[in-house]
Amino acid sequence: MSVVRDIITVAGVSAGVFFFFAGTVGLLRFPDTLTRLHALSKADNLGLGFVVLGLLPQTGGLRDGLKLISIWMFVLLAGASVSQLIARTARQSGSGK
Amino acid sequence: MSIATVFEIALAAVVLGLAIWTIAVPDTYSATVGFIAYGLLVALIWVRLDAVDVALTEAAIGGGLGGVVLLGAAARLRDTEAMTTEAPSLIVRLSAAILSASIAAALAVAILLLPDPAPTLAPEVVSNSGATGMANPVTNVLMAFRGMDTMLEKVVLLLAIVGVWSLASDQAWGGRPGLRHQADPNGVLAFLARLLPPAGIVVGIYILWTGADHPGGAFQGGAVLASMWLLVIMAGLADTPPVRSRWLRLILVSGPGLFLVVGLGGLCFGPAFLAYPVAFAKPLILGIEVAMLLTIATTLGLLLAGAPERSAE
Amino acid sequence: MTEFLTAAVGLILTMLALGLVSILRGPTDADRMMATQLIGTAGIAVLLLLGTVTGVPAAVDVALILALLATFASIAFVKKGLSRLATDGAGPGEDR
Repeated sequence: MSVVRDIITVAGVSAGVFFFFAGTVGLLRFPDTLTRLHALSKADNLGLGFVVLGLLPQTGGLRDGLKLISIWMFVLLAGASVSQLIARTARQSGSGK
Repeated sequence: MSIATVFEIALAAVVLGLAIWTIAVPDTYSATVGFIAYGLLVALIWVRLDAVDVALTEAAIGGGLGGVVLLGAAARLRDTEAMTTEAPSLIVRLSAAILSASIAAALAVAILLLPDPAPTLAPEVVSNSGATGMANPVTNVLMAFRGMDTMLEKVVLLLAIVGVWSLASDQAWGGRPGLRHQADPNGVLAFLARLLPPAGIVVGIYILWTGADHPGGAFQGGAVLASMWLLVIMAGLADTPPVRSRWLRLILVSGPGLFLVVGLGGLCFGPAFLAYPVAFAKPLILGIEVAMLLTIATTLGLLLAGAPERSAE
Repeated sequence: MTEFLTAAVGLILTMLALGLVSILRGPTDADRMMATQLIGTAGIAVLLLLGTVTGVPAAVDVALILALLATFASIAFVKKGLSRLATDGAGPGEDR
């Protein structure tokens, strides 16, 4: 059973690292603010989401698992709101063209 | 060279590089953003050093209130910086650099010259942790073994509030701090300010409650609650309270007040000031911590709201 | 397992350092705020992995606070300071 758990962990965390990598590359390479914002939200939502998913089998109990999931929920909420606010600011200052 | 050592060296290198860049960058706003990221990385280092209580404080203050204060100050400075053309002279900047570098060097020397093993009271703290019925050594030191320091610290917070309020003009005295925030009541910010605070209040109380046996405590919990209050104010959903409000002032003095009452109780009925009766140590400490949570949250929120600027109608 | 998770921490830390490079480059304040957001998320991931690797369960609590307050720096950036009102009135759809 622990082998299955470890496989899930390795797969999840690897996928998470990959999306962090993709998000960082996007942030560095994309040409304008709005496309960079798109790359960033991939790292935020999917990167951390897969890391949380991978770590869930390693947690001790229900409370730790719920804590991990609520961390991901907070980050999803933060990412969605922050993307909106930053995109609006970028559009108003005219750098989003 | 294990993988963990490589990780620690990499983390330290990144933090040092960021610190140097934050000092060197000419633009105040960029330096502020750099400093906020720096605080986050320092929280990682505290966790690596197993000082999770400190990491929690760093995350709660640096991630929430500290960032708001610094970015607000940087935004205000930017308006004035555009108008001024004079930079500090080379001599002033050199003296500031030399002064800062010598303080850093003196601290480094002091740390490096510590005898091995370094003098510590940690074993005594751990061996006496049963006296209060709480397992977190940091809470034991703050609330029992050095309770006096913590009480005076809360008095200092009150003095800071008095200092901020005293900046108000005569007409605004007793009025509401800051200006009323405007935001679209159906916008993103209002949405966030309706959704996040209930969860944030639960997290704040959890951090206080877990502080008895695990890292956490009243200060970190209070900082989280203050951030939530500030979010509601910034979204324009609530106004800052008028500082003449009797309830507000009662909450502000409740933490240190209860601390003082318990301390005097120890003087009257026990051996010394702040001596907790052994049977009631844990409930008393938790009671003080709950009062302090309210005091800290209110104080930090009001410190950020600033001096009264509008008369309270 | 521990080696794998430590390696993952190292990789995410590398991304975090690259995110810092993005802060240094700018060019606008909005880009800097985005990089801060990325560093926050990467920091949370590092904390979760570190907590599992080193057996410090309280690291999750630090990550919890960071996740809860992740929006604050950006809100302060958009509001341009606590006690400054927008000069033009806040119309519908304008968060100021």
